[in-house]
Amino acid sequence: MDFLWDGIREAVKLWARGDSEIIEITLRTLVIAGISTLIALAIGVPLGAALALKRFRGRSPIVALVHTGMGVPPVVVGLVVAVLLWRSGPLGGLNLIYSPSAMVVAQFIIAVPLVTGVSLVAVQSLNPRLLDQVVALGANRAQLLWVIVREARLGLLAALMAGFGAVISEVGASMMVGGNIAGETRVLTTATVLETSRGNIEVALALGLMLLIMAYVVNLIFTSVQQERRFA
Amino acid sequence: MRFPLSFVSKEGQGALAPFAQRKGEAPPPLSPDPPRATMPTVMLHSAYRRPAWVPLCAALLALALATAACGDDDDSPLGGDLILATTTSVRDSGLLDDLVPLFERRSGVNVKVIAVGTGAALRLAEDGNADALFVHAPDAERALVDAGHAVNRRLVMYNDFLLLGPDDDPAVVAGSHDAAAALARIAAAESRFVSRGDGSGTHQKELALWAAAGVEPRGSWYQEAGQGMGATLTIADQKRAYVLTDRATFLALSDDLELRSAVEGDPALLNLYSVMQVAPGKGGVNAPAAAAWVDFTQSREVQDLIRDFRRDEFGRPLFVPAAGKSEQQAAEDFSRSAVLPAFVVG
Repeated sequence: MDFLWDGIREAVKLWARGDSEIIEITLRTLVIAGISTLIALAIGVPLGAALALKRFRGRSPIVALVHTGMGVPPVVVGLVVAVLLWRSGPLGGLNLIYSPSAMVVAQFIIAVPLVTGVSLVAVQSLNPRLLDQVVALGANRAQLLWVIVREARLGLLAALMAGFGAVISEVGASMMVGGNIAGETRVLTTATVLETSRGNIEVALALGLMLLIMAYVVNLIFTSVQQERRFA
Repeated sequence: MRFPLSFVSKEGQGALAPFAQRKGEAPPPLSPDPPRATMPTVMLHSAYRRPAWVPLCAALLALALATAACGDDDDSPLGGDLILATTTSVRDSGLLDDLVPLFERRSGVNVKVIAVGTGAALRLAEDGNADALFVHAPDAERALVDAGHAVNRRLVMYNDFLLLGPDDDPAVVAGSHDAAAALARIAAAESRFVSRGDGSGTHQKELALWAAAGVEPRGSWYQEAGQGMGATLTIADQKRAYVLTDRATFLALSDDLELRSAVEGDPALLNLYSVMQVAPGKGGVNAPAAAAWVDFTQSREVQDLIRDFRRDEFGRPLFVPAAGKSEQQAAEDFSRSAVLPAFVVG
């Protein structure tokens, strides 16, 4: 219990001092996870909507693939992305390994099945008659997509939170493709692992607490957006 | 934060979802297109013929390339990136936090320190995925150099390994200065022993000591952690087991450990740290920066820094600088300094 208490005290001390490194790490964590979640949204939502609405041969295997992707361990994603991006790998020429871009790529791959899968369910649970009517009224494709996003916003925000939550709490892939480099690719999770292995348990707890608080604040914002009109 | 898979029902598209029936909500404003009231339902699906994610994929790739392109904009003599593969014990000591920024300022090189087990570090070098190494597994390093994967190998510093054990010392080895004999006793008593088990330099040293003891460690008393030194020490501490550790990690963690030093001062417990550069012929290797890194570690300034590193904090040095020495000379220096406290205690 001493550790826990010391951790909380250490955390408060770090924030009170405005420790520039911990703020930098926190911001970097937010930016990397934010960018990868946004890209995952941009691809996962249309993909999920298409899978929900279209009937075609081979749909079921693809949906099963998406659902499998929702449970793929981040370390496996990290390993595959690292092997591809290493200098000896097929994409080594891009010089991306151990950079924030590599982390965005890995986190995107982790988030996109989650966003797609949850979007698929969200769109599928819309009343198909509504969409038929919208099309009947002459909506073009962009307008139809807009109606879908509006109507399914509760589920789509759940997709956003699932994707963001997965990438912000993920450590294996970030460690492998980012390398936990100080000032470049060190994020809250990898810094927590590092400080634990260095025996700085209090600092590690402080970092972990920071991550929790940040995740809570971000999810609070999403949730208030999500629930706002529900009761309006 | 994973979504439960059961959430995804295989509900048919035709089923009415209850919450979608919100009659109060009017459809959003539509474009002034002429209404196509007779459009059949099938047309709804054809609206997705051209998937929207193709251009988005292209945008993603462009973003990745753009971020990759920036960042090489300093005009120092060397510049570029240097991937330095090192071991967790080097990283966890904090030494590189002092050395790397100094080197970066001097050379203009951007150093990316990748801390992995020695086995992984050697593999990174073999495949040309790193530019330089800072490791402590002399036999494996020699093999790497002999195979032509690395060049310019130089000794930087040394310290020692020690065997830690619980207070009650079930195998009765405390105070001994013969590591192999102590291991033989631990095996005979089947006292619990936690091994790194990760192919690291410390693990390789441990295996060499078992071989010297003529024991093949097997059985429920011998447990492999498969983790870094710090995590392994914590496990051994919680399990009240014997464990082999490097001195730097032990000193850094000693406040949190109940384990005591049981065996030290055996010349066989010497821990040599070397740098080397990955063979310049391998594709993409930044050889000039790697050569500069090797030279940097050999400089007087860095050697002094190593000598004094965290010395005040622990009341004794973590590392002994050894640039310019052969392994033989370092071993002689070490046994001279190691044997002395052995007589004092014994």
